[in-house]
Amino acid sequence: MTDLAATTDPLPKPKRDFLPALLPVILALAMAPLIGSGSSWVTLTVASLAMGMMIFIMASGLTLVFGLMDVLNFGHGAFIAVGAYVATLVLLPLAGWVQADSLLVNLAVLAPAALLAMAVSGALGLVFERVLILPVYGQHLKQILMTTGGLIVAEQALYALWGPQIIPLPLPTSLRGSFIIGDVAIAKYRLLAMLVGLVVFLAVQLVLNRTKIGLLIRAGVENREMVEALGYRIRQLFLGVFMVGSALAGLGGIMWALYREQVHASMGNDLTVLIFIVVIIGGLGSIGGCFIGALLVAMVANYGGFLVPKLALVSNILLMVAVLMWRPRGLYAVTSR
Amino acid sequence: MTDLLTLAGVNTHIGRYHILHGVDFGVPEGQTTMLLGRNGAGKTTTLRTIIGLWPASSGQITLAGQRIEANATPDIARLGIGYVPESMAVFSDLTVKENLVLAARDGPLDDSRLEWIFGFFPALRRFWLSRAGSLSGGQKQMLSIARAIVEPRKLLLIDEPTKGLAPAIVAALIECFAEIKRRGATILLVEQNFRVAQEIGDTVLVMDNGKIVHRGDMAELANDSAAQERLLGLSLEAHQ
Repeated sequence: MTDLAATTDPLPKPKRDFLPALLPVILALAMAPLIGSGSSWVTLTVASLAMGMMIFIMASGLTLVFGLMDVLNFGHGAFIAVGAYVATLVLLPLAGWVQADSLLVNLAVLAPAALLAMAVSGALGLVFERVLILPVYGQHLKQILMTTGGLIVAEQALYALWGPQIIPLPLPTSLRGSFIIGDVAIAKYRLLAMLVGLVVFLAVQLVLNRTKIGLLIRAGVENREMVEALGYRIRQLFLGVFMVGSALAGLGGIMWALYREQVHASMGNDLTVLIFIVVIIGGLGSIGGCFIGALLVAMVANYGGFLVPKLALVSNILLMVAVLMWRPRGLYAVTSR
Repeated sequence: MTDLLTLAGVNTHIGRYHILHGVDFGVPEGQTTMLLGRNGAGKTTTLRTIIGLWPASSGQITLAGQRIEANATPDIARLGIGYVPESMAVFSDLTVKENLVLAARDGPLDDSRLEWIFGFFPALRRFWLSRAGSLSGGQKQMLSIARAIVEPRKLLLIDEPTKGLAPAIVAALIECFAEIKRRGATILLVEQNFRVAQEIGDTVLVMDNGKIVHRGDMAELANDSAAQERLLGLSLEAHQ
């Protein structure tokens, strides 16, 4: 048989692109001398990481939906708001458990609230995909119109069901306050947010890189047609990814509501632009890019807000412009679309 | 010899363009059938119509006695068809191993079959854990073909596998196709290079303007230079 090994040139070693992953570290270190006070820098950095993780949880589903299904879902914010409202159905009636001075009891009420929020948001995602998105696959303009309409309907439905008033959602007692280390105060809830964000990131990475479903998703982001020609029904995969993405948005919704200690119907809409900025910065379809993008957005917002408060209003847009000038397809581009 | 695949009166439209005009042919079981023709004759459209990527607007497609023209692509593929597109379409973000794991839809990779594939394409063993995107064009073609044969398939649809490849790699591909046939697979292969077609093909179909204009034995066409010039014209001169 022909020995092709002799006829092939040596393969260039794949270049590992670490620079985007190092950006948050570089940015944090660069900000230290500008901020001056060590304790302020630690507080701002922890706040950025916590905020970034929550944004990542909300945006991760959207980037997969965008990359895999080529769907512009402007209604993603609906899942965030619905997740937060559904959580109040558990957290408010069980206010006694929320107020209890026991981490175990607090978590015993938070966990089912989060699971219910994810289940309802995931189910809403199923309805969204079947009713609004299925008829407009491949038609971006119609997708924008349909999903924006879906967001408006969801928001108005929340107003109709819960009323127009903002619902206060106090943090569980054991998650209030801060750990004091020297002269640095680290909010307990921010640590929990970081932990949950990290777990979600690792779980998604594990699924994408270590399972056949993950291989199918990564392959589908790149070439849906070839995945189908290999015998896989990618429509069902699309639906599964859409539901998981919606469920993650619901989880992000309850976390964001607890962070802000309030729930209101327009919270999803308010976050939509921010989430799209993260997805675009990260590169469509890239979970790693989405993670880095979320951290960068949060850092720029926190450091920028501290150093030049007026700049905070446009900091995310400036960040996106800078990243796209450097890498027009985002930090870690996956899909060729 | 019975036909494994038959097309009867197949028409295909892409948007408002009518590409295939009543295509009729059969692919005999266990043989390699070459589909030849000029650029734009409809060869790639024929393969994509069979696998369902551009569904037929009318006509019948039958695989082993079963009508498939209304089926979705995954269902057609699961009837035992392997497809190697002209673009190769390897998943560049996945490693060589991951590309093959994905193609082995019926279970884990079969080691003995892998060894058989590595016999033709040793480069795939060498770059087993490398990203497919970093492979050369020839190596990507090997991977694309390996993906189609990583599990036994009844029918292989292969679109211009030798295009732009070095002679040594083309020789390996020819050897590979002959071995696949010896193992009992049926092959429908689009090829522009008549010399390669001559070497591989048992039967031949020639397309022009979305229709089959010739069908017969490859050996007969190979020995009839007048027919070659009449049927293949410029493409023959350009690729010989």
